[in-house]
Amino acid sequence: MPVRLTTITASLMAVASFTAHPSLSQAKAPTLDDAAGRYDIDGSSQINFKVGQVGGGGISGKFTKFSGTFQLDRGDIEKSVVEFALFPETVQTGEPRIENFLRSTAVFDTASYPKIVFRSTKITRTGEDTAQIEGNLTAKGTTRTEHFDATLTKWNRRVIGFHIQGGVYRTRYDMSVGIPIYSNIVEFDMMVNGQKH
Amino acid sequence: MLRNGPDAFGWVTILLHWAIALLIAGLLVLGYIMTRPDIDPMLQFDLFQWHKSFGFTALGLCIIRVLWWLASRHPVAVAGLSVREKWASFAVHILLLCLTLAVPLTGWALASTSTLDIPSFYFNLVVIPHLPLGKSAVAEALWTNAHAILAYSLAALVLLHAAAALHHHFVRHDAVLVRMLRSRQRDG
Repeated sequence: MPVRLTTITASLMAVASFTAHPSLSQAKAPTLDDAAGRYDIDGSSQINFKVGQVGGGGISGKFTKFSGTFQLDRGDIEKSVVEFALFPETVQTGEPRIENFLRSTAVFDTASYPKIVFRSTKITRTGEDTAQIEGNLTAKGTTRTEHFDATLTKWNRRVIGFHIQGGVYRTRYDMSVGIPIYSNIVEFDMMVNGQKH
Repeated sequence: MLRNGPDAFGWVTILLHWAIALLIAGLLVLGYIMTRPDIDPMLQFDLFQWHKSFGFTALGLCIIRVLWWLASRHPVAVAGLSVREKWASFAVHILLLCLTLAVPLTGWALASTSTLDIPSFYFNLVVIPHLPLGKSAVAEALWTNAHAILAYSLAALVLLHAAAALHHHFVRHDAVLVRMLRSRQRDG
């Protein structure tokens, strides 16, 4: 559930009045500027995906090993940078044969391409607590521009969390096996949490 | 002549026979290749889908074939067959008809019970629903074995059937093979 920045601001103001040094002159209201800094994406994040199939249903799964950072710019969220890497070897779908197929040369080819990397090139604020992230996704030796929608879900002085969604055409990355039985679009639905560095 | 005559097969029977023969041969080869453990996984996926589409085609044609067989007159056996040979021929043909239905049906059951849950998308045109059977590794293994055993039994029977036809043609010089090749009443 998205948490509005205004709500965060209000609650932080309330928290601020209970801080150890309320008398200091820095007692101005916290703003998004206070979120500035570097966050390491932590293991509480959920990197879920789904590929729909003809007739309904589909393959749902997640990746369990990944890393990355949010570098939130002070004053201008649009100058922030998101970097993310995941290890497709760690794909989980609940069916080992599907996982092995995804690891094989037909899909990720994890033996030759152990890492999938995303680096943002442009962040556009789309609302009070939402932004569109544009960046370069590199998978299976191919780099393409992709877009994801992010919604701020959690923020305090140590932790920041985003709900990030987006669809990726797998044909772009030489992973077109199974079309049209399985959709070309991989839908990502991720809860990405960062710990302040 | 579309329908079977008193001592000749009609074109419907002949076309169904050879279409199904071709499908069985192709499906056996496909089924063998696609289950090799060292096959390229992407090729394997595609071959499985082709196998399923052609397999459903075979099932459809075999259902028509059986209905046609039940509704048609059966040309009399060629002269010179002993009673035992007639019974053997009848038994093999009944068994062939049964297996041509049972093999695709077990294939359908295996696709339906597989925990892979891959839809059967007939030539990428229409989804053929799974049979209402529970999905489990045990059920899938059972139907996989049934499918393989019945398919190889069918292959053996087809070889026997073809060998018998060739024997009739080249050794006995009778019309058994020829009358499945062209529809024509024998002269006189």
